Amino acid sequence: MCGWSRIEWRVAVAAGMLAAAGTAFATVDRASAKIDKLVFAKLDELGIPASDPCTDEVFLRRVYLDMTGTLPSAVETRAFLSRNSANRRGELIEQLFEREEFSDYWALKWCDLLRVKAEFPSKLWPNAVQAYHRWVRTAVDENMPYDRFARELLTASGSNFRVPQVNFYRAMPNRTPESIASIVALTFMGMRTENWDRGQLEGVAAFFGGVAYKGTAEWKEEIVYSDPARQFMDPATGQPVQPVFPGGQLAAIRPGQDGRELFADWLVGSNVFAQNIVNRIWYWLMGRGLVHEPDDIRPDNPPQNQQLLDFLARELVESGFDLRHVYRIILNSRTYQLSSIHNEGNLSDQANFSHYHVRRLDAEVLIDAICQITGTTESYSSAIPEPFTFIPENQRSITLADGSITSPFLELFGRPPRDTGFESERSNDPSAAQKLHMLNSTHIVQKLSQNRSLMGMAVPDERRAKKGKEPPPASWLPLDEALDNLYLAILSRYPTPEERQVAVSHITATGSRWDATIDIIWALLNTKEFIYRH
Amino acid sequence: MNNKKPSGPGSRLTRRDAMASGAAGSATLLLGTPPSVRAARVAGAKSVIQIWMWGGPAHLDTFDPKPDAGHDYCGPYVSPIETNVSGIRICERLPLLAKQADQYSIIRSMTHGNNGHETASYITQTGRPAGTSDVYPCAGAVVSHFKGYDAGYKGLLPPYIVLTRPQGRFSESGFMGLRYKPFATGGNPAAPVFAVEGIVQPGMGEERQRSRRKLLHALETFGEKMKGNPEFALMDSCEEQAYELLLGDAGKVFDVKTESDVLRDRYGRSEFGASCLVARRLVEAGVPYVTINYNGWDTHKKHFEIMNSKLTEMDRGFSALLQDLGDRGLLESTIVWWGGEFGRTPQVQWEAPWNGGRNHFGKCFCHVLAGGGFAGGHVVGASDGKGMEVAERPVYPWDLIGSIYEQLGIDTHARLPHPQGLDVRVCPTEEDGITLGGRLREIMA
Repeated sequence: MCGWSRIEWRVAVAAGMLAAAGTAFATVDRASAKIDKLVFAKLDELGIPASDPCTDEVFLRRVYLDMTGTLPSAVETRAFLSRNSANRRGELIEQLFEREEFSDYWALKWCDLLRVKAEFPSKLWPNAVQAYHRWVRTAVDENMPYDRFARELLTASGSNFRVPQVNFYRAMPNRTPESIASIVALTFMGMRTENWDRGQLEGVAAFFGGVAYKGTAEWKEEIVYSDPARQFMDPATGQPVQPVFPGGQLAAIRPGQDGRELFADWLVGSNVFAQNIVNRIWYWLMGRGLVHEPDDIRPDNPPQNQQLLDFLARELVESGFDLRHVYRIILNSRTYQLSSIHNEGNLSDQANFSHYHVRRLDAEVLIDAICQITGTTESYSSAIPEPFTFIPENQRSITLADGSITSPFLELFGRPPRDTGFESERSNDPSAAQKLHMLNSTHIVQKLSQNRSLMGMAVPDERRAKKGKEPPPASWLPLDEALDNLYLAILSRYPTPEERQVAVSHITATGSRWDATIDIIWALLNTKEFIYRH
Repeated sequence: MNNKKPSGPGSRLTRRDAMASGAAGSATLLLGTPPSVRAARVAGAKSVIQIWMWGGPAHLDTFDPKPDAGHDYCGPYVSPIETNVSGIRICERLPLLAKQADQYSIIRSMTHGNNGHETASYITQTGRPAGTSDVYPCAGAVVSHFKGYDAGYKGLLPPYIVLTRPQGRFSESGFMGLRYKPFATGGNPAAPVFAVEGIVQPGMGEERQRSRRKLLHALETFGEKMKGNPEFALMDSCEEQAYELLLGDAGKVFDVKTESDVLRDRYGRSEFGASCLVARRLVEAGVPYVTINYNGWDTHKKHFEIMNSKLTEMDRGFSALLQDLGDRGLLESTIVWWGGEFGRTPQVQWEAPWNGGRNHFGKCFCHVLAGGGFAGGHVVGASDGKGMEVAERPVYPWDLIGSIYEQLGIDTHARLPHPQGLDVRVCPTEEDGITLGGRLREIMA
């Protein structure tokens, strides 16, 4: 679809990437080191000691979850932990960029921000949602340069089914030029127009005065286009409003010119455009933006580290708006790879990245992880009885295109409703109801014993499994091996000697390996180590 | 309320402020102001049971029959029955409710004009017009803010409970967020064991729960290393709360088997009937807002066949609920609110492919209110001869929901907690570009 595509990337790998790897990594290393220098300088200034570097086990789990929203499998974990390579962390990051789940997960994030949802308050309808999601996912998958991504969303015209980008203008609760301007500012500038004065908002709205919509003979098809005859009129005076760029510079839309193009030209060349996206990426990976909240950029809300924000923005522009470059230099930094475990001096530090921020797993990521571990599936439903809203049970929830397709679990665990496009819509705060669900719901309880090999069975015995009876001793794996498997699958590490001892004692005390194993799986799924990114 | 007619203006209670809410504790977690429960009068209502008629029930075939409109409008329902209030007639399929018309009032002039499920549900559940840039919370979330944890509610049961599945058409708590979402029970209250998600787990005794909890703590290796980290303070208190609920007696409120067979039969053994009974038990236990999501009213096809069976089930559960609440003296403090997102087209679609169906109709429909200070035995407003238009006294969803808030003692001008700190109020006013029909003074004691 565009410049730095997946295909080109693969060709590069085949043709000479290995030879060039040294140079490429050197460039990344330099940039990552610069990030560390800027972060640690700030920590020194504040007298906050950084935490220790995280272990390989922790890094593996963290980078899988942060990059792909997916837990590493027991097999992947064993392989990584036994790999002999000086740069195995850097190599793993490169592998994860190529995973389908990377594209799934970041398409999910973008669709949150773009409010991709069949109905209410945005009314995209199911088939347009599928087309739009597919477009976004492809853009992520092919690493479309970010300036191009924004320009396509802002300037495309055509059918909501055939030119899916136009759905940007349909995923809005209302379609007035001011409303469009607010959404554009939030999405691409990280700015909230509640904080703008009225004139500033109207000045930007004037670029979108020509945006028009019309239906077709096809059911729920809609054309979005620019109508040069339309202008944004001042409700008070009845006169056309003068377009003004957010910085205050006047603009003139020539006759026949699409105001959206003019705005997009300004936008992609602006500082705030680059700063917004690098700040968001920092927030997504580090758990807190350099500007906090991550979508509240304004002069009186300065970044925690201006030099770092400027540096990341420059890296983005100089790489040709390559978002993966920004991910890469952050992920390879020491800063990203710090432990989440505090020391005496940084327990209360929230804002300076002296340790990795623990965060509860996203709703979708959590249920996908539980399903992966237990070998089970989920059912999803939509209130809209139409094609494209019936989802096979084995689909992972990070791949759901449509915010209107949901499950009670996703609702309970704070999946964003996709109403506003604010980052804060996603709630990863714990609640008693969530805890009850994890501890004691039929939904979770029924999953615990479904995976025979997780249970420690050498030979899956379906007949007995159905009856739920205690299997004969011969079908069990040796206990040590079974515990290794359990820990690798759930916590992405081997058990400690103390944990082995606790598990063995529990099995002895319970008198039933079957029941005790279910208890252990249940307990591990309820540990903070499992529920949180750390 | 056992009086047949509303009390006159003379009986109006003195105006005084209700007690300021107690230790509001976590009210400042969101950027909102602490709830101000400033009542125009002493609030009689403490709780709401909302019977949400998901899909949109036909007004002509429930509480606004039009026997003179002819076959094309009435289908087979041509003989509405007299109720125990002279002059009020309802559908002949609702004989039990007909005996209790003195307990509830019918609003026959509900209107918002929207025929899409999602938007109409939003309007009727939030009392807000659609198309604003914010998504507002529905009534249950608002009540949960003013009567729940933010207002010092100390019950173990969540303050806003949905039987059994979430509404799902939009986010119930809107911009107010996850904290105000309802607890959806899941399960089936009519089943031998009502497996309330997380609270009732068949076959899991208290001893095993305790032994498991010990195991969990023994395996919290990472959690131990993070001891004292403020990131986990909320998580730890959630675990405490969860165990109080699943180990203690609080969950027994969901078990209708402790009720007599006679009473359970009166409610009906259907999922809806059992939900009504559980709703009564929840309100009795102090839960401020319970929604019963009653699905299946989107009758595009086979309309009358479906109505024949469903109306009987509804008649039983709804009437038993009113009687039971009354018998226990709970009706005075409990508002029962019946209604869906719209009515259905008065003219029957006899043609294929509908073959006797009714479509969505938001221009004119009815809702029912009982208890909590709303007088029974009244009809508010009227539709025209065929139920096509509001003939008199239009009532918009914001009028109705605003009236419910008033009865609960919620100041309708109070601010709602908003994540961006915007100044938004409990109820819209004319400045929000809406037409007001006015609060339901006719039936507000």
